[in-house]
Amino acid sequence: MTARIGVVTFPGSLDDRDTQRAIRLAGAEPVALWHKDKDLKQVDAVVLPGGFSYGDYLRAGAISRFSPVMETVIEQAKSGMPVLGICNGFQVLTEAHLLPGAMLGNNHLHFICRDQKLRVENAETAWTADYESGQEIHVPLKNMDGRYVADERTLDMLEAEGRVAFRYVDFNPNGSLRDIAGITNEAGNVVGLMPHPEHAVEPLIGSGRTDGLPFFTSILKKLVNA
Amino acid sequence: MARVVVDVMLKPEILDPQGQAVQRALPRLGFEGVSDVRQGKRFELEVDGPVDDSALARIHELAESFLANTVIEDFTVKVEDVKAEAGK
Repeated sequence: MTARIGVVTFPGSLDDRDTQRAIRLAGAEPVALWHKDKDLKQVDAVVLPGGFSYGDYLRAGAISRFSPVMETVIEQAKSGMPVLGICNGFQVLTEAHLLPGAMLGNNHLHFICRDQKLRVENAETAWTADYESGQEIHVPLKNMDGRYVADERTLDMLEAEGRVAFRYVDFNPNGSLRDIAGITNEAGNVVGLMPHPEHAVEPLIGSGRTDGLPFFTSILKKLVNA
Repeated sequence: MARVVVDVMLKPEILDPQGQAVQRALPRLGFEGVSDVRQGKRFELEVDGPVDDSALARIHELAESFLANTVIEDFTVKVEDVKAEAGK
């Protein structure tokens, strides 16, 4: 038996299919979830994919956060279900207050798309166990609203508790405070990041690297061994 | 009927690159002497029925949970008398 990992499709999601594909390549079973449906189809974990859900109207992630599916995702995440938010999914997680802080427009006001170097700062979350702490990886980054902000006290708390999961290396692409690319909640089951690991899972496409695949093998191992 | 206006602004400590871009464009347009611009959002809610305390409380809750993200934004709620305005 393998793990069932749900991928939510919101109106305006772009990377739901790529995420399903990454999950399949890692050896788990992807399950399509629909934003209007409260039912999570008994999945073991959920990924909120990238895109521009609800057109990013109001604020990125602000409307999606109140969709029926999120009601269940929020409830289950609080009781330990692993949830990964990629890009727009990260924005949804901050809007839902499952992760602290907020996402704002890039400080340079431009959309950015590049291969981004990251350092894995916390290799103990549900989604990062197949990395080494301190490992540097390259994954694509593409966003408009990628600037992570939080007040100083929250930033200090994240640093002190080892909850900065990923940091931008060599170049901060959006003005994120303290070069933060991704964070985790206290329990380590909810992780959000701006860059796109699901676009770096096959040698033939994208950057030609598979640096993103360990996200999906990490969660699979955790669920199967659980 | 009444109009309730919710103004949402980024908190002072949050960098506002859009406002900065507007501010930098001003001298090119011949506007001097504006040292800072911050850009916010204004929501105009046309409310059916009277805006009593309980209606205002609900709108306040709406602003706090949805129209603004209080992690990064402040907001104000004001009632505008639409009839009085039309009569001016």
